[in-house]
Amino acid sequence: MSNNTLRWNPSLRWILLALSLQVSAAAVASGGSVLIRDATVHTMTSAGTLEHTDILITDGKIAEVGHVKNAPADTQGIDAKGRPVTPGLFGGISHLGVEEIGEETTVDDYSLKLGSMRPEFDVTLAFNPDSTLLGVGRVGGITFTMVAPSAETGGTLIAGQGAVAHLNGAVDPATHALFVELGGGANALTGGSRAAQFMLLSQAITEVRSTKSLLPGDARLLTGGGRQVLGTYLEGSHSFVFAVDRASDIRQVIALAKREKLHAVIRGGAEAWRVAPELAAARIPVVLNPLDDLPESFDAVGSTLENAARLQHAGVEIAFSFDDPSSHNIRKLRQAAGIAVAHGLPWEEGLAALTSHPAEIFGVTATNGSIAKGRPADLVLWSGDPLEVTTLADQVFIQGVAQPMRSRQTDLRDRYLQKLRANAAR
Amino acid sequence: MHKICCLVLAALVTGCAAQPAKTDNPGSSAATASGTTRTNKTAATPATPSNSSAQSTPNGAEFYASTYHAPASPPTLIRGATVLTGTGTRLDNADVLLVDGKIQAVGTNLQAPANSKVVEGKDLWVTPGLIDVHSHLGVYASPQVYAASDGNEMTSPATPNVWSEHSIWPEDPGFRTALAGGITTLQILPGSGNLIGGRSVVLKNVPGVTYQGMKFPGAPQGLKMACGENPKRVYGQEKHQFPMTRMGNMAGYRAQWVEAQEYQHDWDEYHQKADSGAKDAKPPKRDLKLDTLAAALRGDILVHMHCYRADEMAAVIDMSKEFGYHVVAFHHAVEAYKIANLLADNGICAAMWADWWGFKMESYDGIQENIAFVDAAPGGCAIVHSDSEEGIQRLNQEAAKAIAAGERAGLTIPPERAIRWLTANPAKVLGILDRTGTLEPGKMADVVVWNRNPFSVYARANFVFIDGVVRYDRNDPSVAPQSDFLLGQPAAEGS
Repeated sequence: MSNNTLRWNPSLRWILLALSLQVSAAAVASGGSVLIRDATVHTMTSAGTLEHTDILITDGKIAEVGHVKNAPADTQGIDAKGRPVTPGLFGGISHLGVEEIGEETTVDDYSLKLGSMRPEFDVTLAFNPDSTLLGVGRVGGITFTMVAPSAETGGTLIAGQGAVAHLNGAVDPATHALFVELGGGANALTGGSRAAQFMLLSQAITEVRSTKSLLPGDARLLTGGGRQVLGTYLEGSHSFVFAVDRASDIRQVIALAKREKLHAVIRGGAEAWRVAPELAAARIPVVLNPLDDLPESFDAVGSTLENAARLQHAGVEIAFSFDDPSSHNIRKLRQAAGIAVAHGLPWEEGLAALTSHPAEIFGVTATNGSIAKGRPADLVLWSGDPLEVTTLADQVFIQGVAQPMRSRQTDLRDRYLQKLRANAAR
Repeated sequence: MHKICCLVLAALVTGCAAQPAKTDNPGSSAATASGTTRTNKTAATPATPSNSSAQSTPNGAEFYASTYHAPASPPTLIRGATVLTGTGTRLDNADVLLVDGKIQAVGTNLQAPANSKVVEGKDLWVTPGLIDVHSHLGVYASPQVYAASDGNEMTSPATPNVWSEHSIWPEDPGFRTALAGGITTLQILPGSGNLIGGRSVVLKNVPGVTYQGMKFPGAPQGLKMACGENPKRVYGQEKHQFPMTRMGNMAGYRAQWVEAQEYQHDWDEYHQKADSGAKDAKPPKRDLKLDTLAAALRGDILVHMHCYRADEMAAVIDMSKEFGYHVVAFHHAVEAYKIANLLADNGICAAMWADWWGFKMESYDGIQENIAFVDAAPGGCAIVHSDSEEGIQRLNQEAAKAIAAGERAGLTIPPERAIRWLTANPAKVLGILDRTGTLEPGKMADVVVWNRNPFSVYARANFVFIDGVVRYDRNDPSVAPQSDFLLGQPAAEGS
């Protein structure tokens, strides 16, 4: 049996490919129009999937979805040749922009370690739009993410607030959510017991809502600023995101949310499938990692690759996210979605869990998660099935602007590709 | 959710969480060994070590032998499938015949012996069983509790005396999920907190109550060594002891190799005396650390080195020449693409992830084309590895991502070429290519039957054969029973 020899394509090929796919960001930013012709458009609206369809982008907005006959004179055209277009993908709950490199404390800003409960901690104040992670995520087709703090040793179970960031570097201040860590992994933050987690949350809520029951000498958990911030969350306009895996803990969250009228989101939810009907009835969405299938902890003994499919089947709204340390590789999230599909989730629901569902859960439907006339153009043209691992993003638009398909990684690639070619020819 | 973090980091977190161990002499612990016990230190270190002529030193591995024997299995004919042989060849509409646990034939119109099991292969793909050269299953088991965290003996920067096999918990549920991903053979390594982490072991991915029952018969052990940030963080940053720097790392390894050379020399001298009938021939005092290192210098134990940065790999290559040993593979070689030709010229494989980067400084320059670039260098040897209980479940998809990234950079990598990254190349660096890693007659019948082209997110293994025995059947969960740990757990029922 002979070895298959490697075939080098002419270097010109890559350059041509790049030129043919990339649209000048400057042209669009200056008011130019872009027409994507003959795409398979996954609108993620009631319009469903539209084949052989054109999208006209003018002034950063989607001017038309359909068969475009008239476009402004200076319109740049992209022939999609039937390739899929989807809304820009969600990068999950991440540390994007607040963690440049793991293990290096001077560039990691996602965790508050003051030892006291500070819901007023807003991690997005540390957001760095120049982080190299943004470019890497963008090139991978990610256009928005929920930037969140993490509760770590030295902090408390309330990690603080996060908000949606667009991968063009803009943080959406209207999307703040409060992140709470529960379960065995948070025991060390709460005196050694998960029971104390609910005790402490109740106490903090009492400090906000029942100030008359407190006596002057009582120990307080919150500062004045903390009470004010927690109060806005207790009014119900913003989400509490509870990181929790074990079925019994999820039930406690459901009860807490009902009792205190909280707008709750479950994050993690390894055993959420076991309480799916209760979650559906309480209309509590779950942001889960479709790859979790091992009992990583005793909180996750019921982990299964069918978690997503079972929750969706039971009527629970789901979105996808990785665990904390994966911010560098949020581009992998669509692979995770594909794996959920390979384990029973309908394909459209897999895409929805990366587009329309997270946009709904985190309050950015006006700008993200669907393709419709009048919306800002936040979309991706793919080389093939967007959930397939061999597919790449050909062109990304964020908030109406075609993004250069370039990152620190593509720069490194191009530098060393030249060197490799020179050596291959020796 | 709530996993402490991925394994490469878990190793460190575990180190942080571990009870601080008292080291007797932190400043020189990398070089203590047993120097004081020897009397025959006559020769200086040879300038050009002739390790190949060295005689054996004590090893011990023979006392921990494999007890794995494949049960009898009926002949199996997989008929009319797309076959990637692992030798670089793709055969369409081809048959694979497994008899007595071995590959009997690969070709067309093969005849099934009487009482054969027949798998109709239409639309299916067949590959050799996948091999992961970098796993911590069993030593960093699920659940990730302290009691099951046995992968990093971070009490001294050089612990060549420890063996990962002595930490393996065979009931780690991760073995079974890896099997569902087509993994038939895997190397279990100690962690990377130490400069020299200890001996590795190669397992067949079969259920076992003991690790010996999983051990790949006759596979050489490996030696795990680590470059860069981890050792200097664990010792320098956290314990304020040697090594604190990368130059300290290098000094630490070299001191160990010097000791190993002296040990080898002492044993050679003893053997010479004994062979010539000298009555005063007395064996040197045995040293467990140097048993391992001397065997590594001779090539009896294969050296695997965790190393991210190009410059550090180059320094290690120089060191291997100084002491006359061979590094079979750099693991986590995130910057291998920068020195693809240097690696190829030195016959060293690079074991890589498809897309991990940035989780620490030394992984900041990771690119998705790394695997494809290493593969493209003339004579290059690329391996896809996991270091993760999640990644090991889908090495085929990791390879698929590398194919796509390579394609965009102008490299065309057909499936029959890429499959070698997960089969033949890892078998080569584990020293078992003569027994597994390709679908060639006479080799172990380690085979995966996929529901489609394996380089897809939708690919699932329909059957996994190990030594001809069906160990995984997608439609019959009873073939691959859950681990003892999950048995009787109410939360796991129905999962």
